[in-house]
Amino acid sequence: MEDVIARMQDEKNGIPIRTVKSFLSKIPSVFSGSDIVQWMIKNLNIEDQVEALHLGTLMAAHGYFFPISDHVLTLKDDGTFYRFQTPYFWPSNCWEPENTDYAVYLCKRTMQNKARLELADYEAESLARLQRAFARKWEFIFMQAEAQAKVDKKRDKIERKILDSQERAFWDVHRPVPGCVNTTEVDIKKSSRMKNPQKTRKSVYGPQNDVRTHSPTHTPAPEAKPATEEQLQDQINYWGGQLDRHRLKMSKVAESLLAYTEQYVEYDPFITSTDPSNPWISDDTAVWELEASKEPGQQRVKRWAFGINEVLKDQVGREQFLKFLESEFSSENLRFWLAVQEVKKRPIREVPTRVQEIWQEFLASGAPSAINVDSKSYDKTTQNVKDPGRYAFEDAQDHIFKLMKSDSYSRFIRSSAYQELLQAKKKKSKNLF
Amino acid sequence: MGEMEELRKEADNLKDQITEARKVVQDTTLQEAVAGTTLVGRVQLKTRKTLRGHLAKIYAMHWGTDTKLCVSASQDGKLIVWDTLTTNKVNAIPLKSSWVMTCAYAPSGNMVACGGLDNMCSIYNLKGKDGNVKVMRELAAHTGYLSCCRFLSDSEIITSSGDCTCILWDIETGTEKTIFAGHLGDCMSLAVSPDFKMFISGACDFTAKLWDIREATCRQTFSGHESDINAIGFFPNGNAVITGSDDATCKLYDLRADQELITYQDSGIMCGVTSLAPSLSGRLLLAGYDDFNVNIWDMLKAERVGVLAGHDNRVSCIGVSSDGMACCTGSWDSFLKIWN
Repeated sequence: MEDVIARMQDEKNGIPIRTVKSFLSKIPSVFSGSDIVQWMIKNLNIEDQVEALHLGTLMAAHGYFFPISDHVLTLKDDGTFYRFQTPYFWPSNCWEPENTDYAVYLCKRTMQNKARLELADYEAESLARLQRAFARKWEFIFMQAEAQAKVDKKRDKIERKILDSQERAFWDVHRPVPGCVNTTEVDIKKSSRMKNPQKTRKSVYGPQNDVRTHSPTHTPAPEAKPATEEQLQDQINYWGGQLDRHRLKMSKVAESLLAYTEQYVEYDPFITSTDPSNPWISDDTAVWELEASKEPGQQRVKRWAFGINEVLKDQVGREQFLKFLESEFSSENLRFWLAVQEVKKRPIREVPTRVQEIWQEFLASGAPSAINVDSKSYDKTTQNVKDPGRYAFEDAQDHIFKLMKSDSYSRFIRSSAYQELLQAKKKKSKNLF
Repeated sequence: MGEMEELRKEADNLKDQITEARKVVQDTTLQEAVAGTTLVGRVQLKTRKTLRGHLAKIYAMHWGTDTKLCVSASQDGKLIVWDTLTTNKVNAIPLKSSWVMTCAYAPSGNMVACGGLDNMCSIYNLKGKDGNVKVMRELAAHTGYLSCCRFLSDSEIITSSGDCTCILWDIETGTEKTIFAGHLGDCMSLAVSPDFKMFISGACDFTAKLWDIREATCRQTFSGHESDINAIGFFPNGNAVITGSDDATCKLYDLRADQELITYQDSGIMCGVTSLAPSLSGRLLLAGYDDFNVNIWDMLKAERVGVLAGHDNRVSCIGVSSDGMACCTGSWDSFLKIWN
């Protein structure tokens, strides 16, 4: 943000700053809202006024420039006058102003006895609250305010106007008008780790300190504790293992991403409009009722052919797949796969019994629904079953999954049962409307 | 410390070799590969529903699998389950600690979970016998705030924490089954793969890690971001990972190529990404930013194709329902909005 501000303030190409004559006095060092919008559109590659206003309002909310006659920090595209904030008050200096500073400021305002500096309602409330909170320190705060007011009186009138408005804008950022967004609010997740040594904890009104600026988006690298020997060795082992991994070519990866998005784009309601209509737009829940019914629409059936996972994900798909396999007397693989998926979700106390049941049904010698697993997986599973956990059948399940994918699933997709489902619904859906 | 120096050199050397190995498979870039594809047309989603009821900043939301219900968590100390179509509140659960940062809906719809500065993950049973929603379990073991949690089933849940670790819990016994340690900074977010075998975590050490749930190991690590990773998600095919960071960019990493494919950035975007969600086909990426907007990106061409502007404060969470029909955004302005 500060780069943009620097450009805006540039004498030649920046926003023209001028002194405007008003009723009784001159208004120094201002530019209008539309000036900012125009400049942004011209210099920042912004397409329309709405985006310029949005960006501008954000910059104002952070306090880089402000409307001179309003506490609310937004940008309007009109003749409203704005002024730049002095770098001392920029957010990048990481101010965390204390309430005592705010109290001094408000107190000072009341001393200055000018109509235009009168406190707004919320400020008066804050002052009252602070007076109660700092009752014991109040004498001290009052003295500070007095001292500052004296210094201010000695200043040049115009300079004072500018400084006053900048100070007010600073407080508008850190103690915003109720109802406005507080840009100094920090996400609690981040605030609990803020050990940022650059935070300026000194008083706003203290002696000028050496303020360092830093760009908000490039966080310094996390404080790395010097790694122990063990950690280094772990890292070496880890990276050593990673070195030998197989990496797929980018071209293949790109191809597969493209293919996936193309295949599913017709199912993506944000890109292709749904038929029947999207319930949120038309308030008609027909599309969900259709999903819940046992009769799958054509588009849904088509999706099952994309891959075995689509069939297994869809309840109706699973049912149809199972029905087909039962007609061929080869359903034990699917039933095993489904049983293993189910046991993984069970509460741990039920797992051992279920594992035994699955073993008896599918894998034990003489099992009623014997499945064919390779000897390696079989041996491993035999071991696992002795001390049964959720993943006892993982190897066997992987093997069976591969079998299903290459064999049963392809037969299902080519089967007349599936083809019928694909065709039949087309006619039926026509009748619905 | 000669030995330490040796080890350090060896570690750096390996990392360099890996960078080289990754370059070897870069026979093209994603941008070149999709040069022939046309940009997805301008996507204009409108707010269809506004869910009002929270009294303070909303920090998290999560869709249920039935596509109509969702749960949201707010600093007002409440967890609310919404029927998003009618905008009715199905449950309003008061929490012991108001400093909640995350919430999750179980795939079965029977439970919700939440956690935050109390360092615990509290599980609530929505289908209790007498209709009351009560705390079922309080999972305490983390030594830092709970940043994110996701159910694997009614029996298991994974949590990520500010103590730099992620934990897999057995809900019934309330104990930690596996601790996934390896990140050097607070873990901010996690996402489970579509096949439930793996999960990814994004952290304040600027990296994302892929973990094998069963083997309890870190399979892969992805770096490239220049600041905290706040949000993370899987591409719908389960083979790629999307991350969003404070450095104002989102990145797409492919698991099989083991590297970054593309970065989603724009010179006009200067603020951090808080949350993200891909659309059903994976063609669109919806990302929430600190500047109160959600930007919609064409994931293949890496260009902005839409904006959701409607919140009056930071968008803190976003989610796309499982059938892809609706997107829900939650914000610090205390409202949730449904868009499509």
